[in-house]
Amino acid sequence: MLESVLITIATAATPLLIAAMGELVVERSGVLNLGVEGMMIMGAVTGFAVAAMTGSAWLGVFAAILVGAAFALLFGFLALTLVTNQVATGLALTLFGLGLSGMLGESFVGLPGIRLGAIDIPVLSDMPFIGRLLFGQDPLFYVSILLTVGVAWFLFSTRAGLMLRAVGDNHASAHAQGINVIGIRYLAVLFGGACAGLAGAYLSIVYTPQWVENMTAGRGWIALALVVFASWRPWRIVAGAYLFGGVTIGQLHAQALGFGIPSQLLSSLPYLATIVVLVLISRNRRLTMMNTPASLGRAFVPDR
Amino acid sequence: MRIELVKRPQHSALFSALSPFIALALTLAAGAIMFLFLGKNPVEALYYFFIDPLREVWSLHELAVKAAPLILIAVGLSICYLSNNWNIGAEGQFILGAIAGSILPVMYPDFQSWIVLPLMLLMGIVGGAAYAAIPAFLKVRFNTNEILTSLMLVYVAQLFLDWIVRGPWRNPAGFNFPETQTFHSFAILPEIWPASGRAHWGFVFAIVAALVLWFVLSRTLKGFEVKVIGQSPRAGRFAGFSRNRMVIFAFLVSGALAGLAGISEVSGAIGQLRTTISPGYGFTAIIVAFLGRLNPLGIVAAGLVLALTYLGGEAAQISIGVTDKVARSFQGMLLFFVLACDMLIHYRIRIARPVRTAKAEGTAEEPAHA
Repeated sequence: MLESVLITIATAATPLLIAAMGELVVERSGVLNLGVEGMMIMGAVTGFAVAAMTGSAWLGVFAAILVGAAFALLFGFLALTLVTNQVATGLALTLFGLGLSGMLGESFVGLPGIRLGAIDIPVLSDMPFIGRLLFGQDPLFYVSILLTVGVAWFLFSTRAGLMLRAVGDNHASAHAQGINVIGIRYLAVLFGGACAGLAGAYLSIVYTPQWVENMTAGRGWIALALVVFASWRPWRIVAGAYLFGGVTIGQLHAQALGFGIPSQLLSSLPYLATIVVLVLISRNRRLTMMNTPASLGRAFVPDR
Repeated sequence: MRIELVKRPQHSALFSALSPFIALALTLAAGAIMFLFLGKNPVEALYYFFIDPLREVWSLHELAVKAAPLILIAVGLSICYLSNNWNIGAEGQFILGAIAGSILPVMYPDFQSWIVLPLMLLMGIVGGAAYAAIPAFLKVRFNTNEILTSLMLVYVAQLFLDWIVRGPWRNPAGFNFPETQTFHSFAILPEIWPASGRAHWGFVFAIVAALVLWFVLSRTLKGFEVKVIGQSPRAGRFAGFSRNRMVIFAFLVSGALAGLAGISEVSGAIGQLRTTISPGYGFTAIIVAFLGRLNPLGIVAAGLVLALTYLGGEAAQISIGVTDKVARSFQGMLLFFVLACDMLIHYRIRIARPVRTAKAEGTAEEPAHA
């Protein structure tokens, strides 16, 4: 019982983890892309549609990654090349993504989806308790762990990661050092979009293999909150994502058991938890100021 | 080929007036391409979308019904965005205004008097403002990001509405449908010209709100304060303006207007509470605010344009069989083009060829270091 609950927590946490990890890299480069929800829902609809039409879940996953990145490119062109307001542009991406996905997905509503099944590493997965938890998950669960390791290593142990953080902390100095600020930001934004697309595909191919309009249900926004919660540190995102996975699954179980609590109140718990967590983390002004990338959300126009 | 932006010495008055129109034209062009992909005749589709709804008087009334909440919410948001407060939870404030305003007709249906409607409107205003006060308070007191908190509260509000309409407020004589009893006649916001169509007084509220806020923003010290704090918080501090009080002010004003929009919609257009009372007005109003260039008078025009996309979506669905979801894609695209075109106000576009750029950089290098 506990084992299966932990596994479902992992499946609820993985999309949040993937999307938030992408956004962490974007924000570390000094760009605030509020379009995570939009890129995620586009990933979800594309992943579902391509998987359903080709019969291959993996093709769906790759298509979702590409579409997420393409949407991010749109954001990049506006916010980085045309230096539009990043907050407004991110909102535009979300509104456009929600609208377009509803339109594209209409003919897929109610169709059975293709599920990306769990892998099963023989012998190891037969271990009691931790066996299935660690060695019998869906492939994207492992991708999310690799992604965390990779991002943590990239940001803090490589020269390119240092450059990316420099761009995020002080774009003028980085530019004076000869670093291509806009180029690095484009790459970060594309990476963030690819992650968001992947996270969306996880929802429509692994979590619940079906297409429902607005099926991301605010997860893109929760991912954004997780980045703040994690004070822009990769491993803390894992903790945050699993905390929210736990809240999501916990309230679902509570709904099943009844207790006489209105289901709507339980459904609103993840959103209320997000607010509480944000308040707790941002209460300490100095700590937040210290961790926030100093150029976050600021426009940069190279003065050649 | 490379696109370069050259900052204009001062912002272009020509393009500040033109950019919303360029954005509209580009959206129409992109829309035509979208219809081609959907296998429809783009000219016919655009006609049904943007012209057909304007041909009949009743349909113009419907336009006003849809435009009223959009304008009311968007003029409030303009105060927020001008002062750099990112309230994106107007949808939730709209819902809470609708719920608070419905307390009298739903819980005390026997209280029937002319005073009911004014009280409802007032309670709607208070409800919306109170809900907007939450992210404002959290921002001022705990430095919490208002974008995320205000947005999260939208989901909470939607779930709360769902619960109250299915649970305690469900119409006992309503065959278990998830809706409240219909409002009695004293609780209905009347139509402006009942003889010709459905447009209710909410549209008048919207126009009045736009005029008042236009006056406040362009002719009073408060309006100056809004803009100074938004454009340069440091300058605002030196001028003795309080950032925190501006956060509260902006959120309360926009929440109050969103709440008024909510109760006007429920008592004017719907006549009861249901599980869904808004086709995303609170989010579409963000687009309205930007298309109107955050100017209340511009927002009136922008609100009518966005209201047209709602009607056009319905018309196109009936007449040429495209899904009404097209409307929301249109709205999203429009915001992209608006933001992109606003760039023309501050920058000139120069298209440089790679060879010439390399040369130009080579020569520019020396004087830059000299």
